[in-house]
Amino acid sequence: MTTATTGRTTPKGVVGTAHTRVEGVEKVTGAARYAGEIPFADLAHGWLVLSTVARGRIISVEDGPVLAMPGVRAVLHHGNAPRLETHFQGVIGPPDPTTTLFQNDRVAHLGWPVALVVAETSEQAREAAESLLVHYEEEPHDVDFRGDRPEAYPVDGFAPGVVEKGDLEAELAASAHVVDVQYTTPEEHHSMMEPHAAAARWDGGRLEIVDSNQSTTWVQSDLAQMFSLEPSAVRVRSEHIGGGFGSKGVRVHQVAAVMAATVLQRPVRVVLTRRQMFPLTGYRSPTSQRVRLGADAEGRLRALEHRSVSQTSTVHTFVEPSAGVPRVMVDAPAHHTANLVVPLDVPTPTFMRAPGEAPGSFALESALDELAEKCGLDPIELRVRNEPARSPVSGQPFGARNLLACFHEGARRFGWADRDPRPGVRREGRWLLGTGVAGASFHAGAGPSTALATAEADGSFTVRISAADIGTGARTALTLVAADALRVPVDRVRVHIGDSDFGPAMFAGGSMGTRSWAWAVDAAAEELRERLALGATIPPEGITVRSDTTDAVRRLAQTERHSYGAQFAEVAVDTATGEVRVRRMLGIFAAGRIVNPLTARNQLVGGMIWGISMALHEEAVRDRASGGLYGGDLAGYHVATHADVPLVEADWVEDHDPDDPVGIKGVGEVGVVGAAAAIANAVRHATGVRHRHLPIRPDRVLMARETGATHA
Amino acid sequence: MKEFAYQRAEDVSGAVALLGADPDARFLGGGTNLVDLMKSGVERPGRLVDVRQLPLGAIESTPEGGLRIGATVTNSDLAAHPEVRRRYPLLTQAVLAGASGQLRNMATVGGNLLQRTRCGYFADVTKPCNKREPGTGCPALEGEHHNHAILGASEHCVATHPSDMGVALTALDAVVTYETADGPGELPLADFYLPVGDTPHRETALPPGALITGVTVPPAPVAARSRYRKVRERASYAFAIGSVAAAFDVSDGVVREVRLAFGAVASRPWRARAAERALTGVPAEAENFAAAADAELAAARPLRDNAYKVTLMRNLVVAVLTELAEEAAR
Amino acid sequence: MAPTTSSAITLKINGQNYPLTVDHRTTLLDALRERLDLTGSKKGCDHGQCGACTVLIDGRREVSCLNLAVAAEGREITTVEGLARGDELHPVQQAFLDLDGYQCGYCTPGQICSAVAVIEEHAAGWPSAVTGDVRPEAGPPPLSAEEIRERMSGNLCRCSAYVSIVQAVSRAADTTAGQRRTEPAGTEPLGSGDTGRTADAEAAA
Repeated sequence: MTTATTGRTTPKGVVGTAHTRVEGVEKVTGAARYAGEIPFADLAHGWLVLSTVARGRIISVEDGPVLAMPGVRAVLHHGNAPRLETHFQGVIGPPDPTTTLFQNDRVAHLGWPVALVVAETSEQAREAAESLLVHYEEEPHDVDFRGDRPEAYPVDGFAPGVVEKGDLEAELAASAHVVDVQYTTPEEHHSMMEPHAAAARWDGGRLEIVDSNQSTTWVQSDLAQMFSLEPSAVRVRSEHIGGGFGSKGVRVHQVAAVMAATVLQRPVRVVLTRRQMFPLTGYRSPTSQRVRLGADAEGRLRALEHRSVSQTSTVHTFVEPSAGVPRVMVDAPAHHTANLVVPLDVPTPTFMRAPGEAPGSFALESALDELAEKCGLDPIELRVRNEPARSPVSGQPFGARNLLACFHEGARRFGWADRDPRPGVRREGRWLLGTGVAGASFHAGAGPSTALATAEADGSFTVRISAADIGTGARTALTLVAADALRVPVDRVRVHIGDSDFGPAMFAGGSMGTRSWAWAVDAAAEELRERLALGATIPPEGITVRSDTTDAVRRLAQTERHSYGAQFAEVAVDTATGEVRVRRMLGIFAAGRIVNPLTARNQLVGGMIWGISMALHEEAVRDRASGGLYGGDLAGYHVATHADVPLVEADWVEDHDPDDPVGIKGVGEVGVVGAAAAIANAVRHATGVRHRHLPIRPDRVLMARETGATHA
Repeated sequence: MKEFAYQRAEDVSGAVALLGADPDARFLGGGTNLVDLMKSGVERPGRLVDVRQLPLGAIESTPEGGLRIGATVTNSDLAAHPEVRRRYPLLTQAVLAGASGQLRNMATVGGNLLQRTRCGYFADVTKPCNKREPGTGCPALEGEHHNHAILGASEHCVATHPSDMGVALTALDAVVTYETADGPGELPLADFYLPVGDTPHRETALPPGALITGVTVPPAPVAARSRYRKVRERASYAFAIGSVAAAFDVSDGVVREVRLAFGAVASRPWRARAAERALTGVPAEAENFAAAADAELAAARPLRDNAYKVTLMRNLVVAVLTELAEEAAR
Repeated sequence: MAPTTSSAITLKINGQNYPLTVDHRTTLLDALRERLDLTGSKKGCDHGQCGACTVLIDGRREVSCLNLAVAAEGREITTVEGLARGDELHPVQQAFLDLDGYQCGYCTPGQICSAVAVIEEHAAGWPSAVTGDVRPEAGPPPLSAEEIRERMSGNLCRCSAYVSIVQAVSRAADTTAGQRRTEPAGTEPLGSGDTGRTADAEAAA
């Protein structure tokens, strides 16, 4: 038995100082085990079979010959699979029928899951899956996404569908300067490095799942409902996660693994191949966005319309709410925004890093740049003149809105004041040079979470929370938060995450993870410290305090809270070959309290590089004839690699919100917002050509020069 | 991937014999393309004959002053070899422009020449493809083809050859040597790849069962001033959308000798002989470079979405030759 | 008689011999991960398109997903698990840790193995696609950020920790160069493979 030794005086806190990752040694030595790497005795391997038609009905599955192949133990399909509960309210809504596997004969898109082959080895499972003959009654499919599809309809997704105020046409007619342009962004895929993987087994009447996901409790809750189990009968663990970006929620691999483990009564692992990930794990919908801006002679907005069309599948609705961006960024007497969706025979899209904001900011921040040019204003000055005092939509005050501080600090450090606004006049060898700027914002929300803080008998402290560190550095951040709350050195605190047994907590998404979890960890650790301060002695099992922020989150003042940023880019363009290279980027952000500058900077820079990738490379090409992707792998779908990435710098300004008890705003998504627009604006400045369609591919740059077009 | 037998060949004749004994057998070199295609179901061999450890790993000077490059020399060793760098800088540049450091350490010279197209329809067994399954059609004609061929293609196939190295070797008049059960043979690279026509699945003129043993590069003093420029949709680790291998001898402002080959525009590395003819003996000036490129590209038959390649190749020729001419004048 | 489709082999990994029987279809990557419990090497794409499975074979970096295990017999394989000496991290690992050269960590073993090889390749005088003059007379280029970026481009990092990875490789290269100066000369920089090494190459090395 020991006596509590939390700090009695307040030492200098570690929150705000750089700290290497607590799991860093494990990651650099290869010791960190990801979902597909946890060994199980008697493990069988499942391999999914996907449809080769884009729409239709399964007539038959010839499983007989495959069952006779070496090592094959089962072939599950709609004719023999266990029945699942398909109508329930999951953590983020009703389940996407893509995930409730093998419940009927319908095929809703190319690459629809039609069967699972389970065998003793992965090689056997793969060959058997590839040998499985499935017969279809094929129906004509439609994957033709266009912004002018008449059947597009507005949808309230996680953001409202339509928000309107003022007389748009009247204000446009009265405007001195009008911009009316159409932007498009292509289908984009998360492409995190670790494919989705899960192993499931029954252990003493309890279902245990080792998975790679962004929330163990979300997966636990939805799987429990799907398989008609008590939540307490399902345990989901997910310690190390090889990236998520919005894609690692409830997916087919977990359902397939549980189904097979249940049928075979032995552990089964299902790992998606990279090519299977493209149709099965969500993506960012292509968007077609019309932006109309009207401004008076001084560049003050009178009218704004932002109308975004995205696609969804025929079985589930997800809307990419790109038109949400101006609801935060700019106000106008007439302010119309709408998010529409058109259902097609395609996979269901989903949340992908800065959903809505990433494509929406490309359109809006490009359009503002176009307007600034029409008004003869510096693009930063245009934004200064249009900085709203209150939310354009809710009329609520903004909590700590330091957008202009970001622009000003960024302009100073980037050397913006020396910029010659004329396009197409700076040359260095074969390269034309240009610079561009764009604004960024991202909602700073919070979700209820619980945490457990334990004072151990050996004098150390253990924190348990079902948080997910998908590469964000959350585990390290929570360790720092706990150490400060306990007033002990960091090395006396261990944080365990990624286990649904630790109780409900926010998922790693919406830039809300660290903010939400830190709140719960801080509360539990504070209370523990207070308890120990009373002179408690610690029994062998330790003293544990549980926190729950549900009420505190509900009581949070009704203020619009966002993080903000200003993105600056310099590009070089060779118009003879169409090559575009980003030379440098600077992002200045107002993102509240920064817990760990080392990892926060890395994450912001990573987001900005997503902007490079989005601006110049990423594009999933849907083949109209087959309905599937052309080149749906990492050779066909280009993400930025080392050579595409120059020195990218991120920093932040002081950003304090006295009404916010947490102060952390989250840095996961704001880094990508506006980054593609800053690059596109820089390409315009370099070449004189406005690129309104991403990615800015060499052929597009080249043909714009060839045809003398001023936009492409 | 179906099950297969595996054998390591001890020597060249043994390798040829092993392959000849099994119609379902394939040679395995570095595996960077074959193993990939086996995983995709495009290749389904019943036997692999591993030739990586055959004694074909040397780079030697020929009596004429050229180089003989063994078939199992890796791309990395080829690119790093001092004599390659000295005599044929464009060859080193071309090899280094391809793939990644890891893949270049694996990929062999012989395998590089035999690699298959990166057309996304070819690599996807759920889609039709005349090259993979003759008679099924070519979806690229009406589908995605912005990186397909503009030269020498047919209505049966518009796929491009992905090699960078092959483009430089084509410009250098390299000769492929091979071994069959009936003895050795050789094929100039210019004759190595077959025209597409209506047989896109037949890609090379190698006799059945032949093992590539090496590539001979003749002496080419013109290559002392040479360059490989590749354009792609990311800055590295991507296949070309267009590339140029050029070697240039200019004196007194007049083109004495020129070698030009294009990559990513045809089913094979494309020797630009019309352009070479147009350039030889004329002043080394930009308009002549452009005219020469146009002479070559007059035969181009672009598809709906790849007409940019005509512009790209013309601009690349002008840019690369201008750079080389400026260097010569320095 | 049906041909044999599996073989008993011995793989030499991190200095240790591992006898096992492999289905010929088994890649080196799957043998490491699923048969030998060496899960440090990661499977990101399984097609040579991402670099997460990079290991060192006979001292050179290769992707293990396109190497068949049966074909790797007789070669010296080093995985990320074999880089540290006990508790002492390899300089590349230490630099990745100190400079936060990663986020999710999944591409990290591949990046680290690749970086170890990049430093060796550069020390051996290999040019890259961004080397201005590749002729041997021009001498080796300095290992600038641009050179590191090009040479590391076969390793995708979707978290996009590229900036800190390049800084880590640069720092590790400096550390390694310092160590190399204090070590006795004559160490073979690029493994024992003799493929393609000729008298010319040796003379110039």
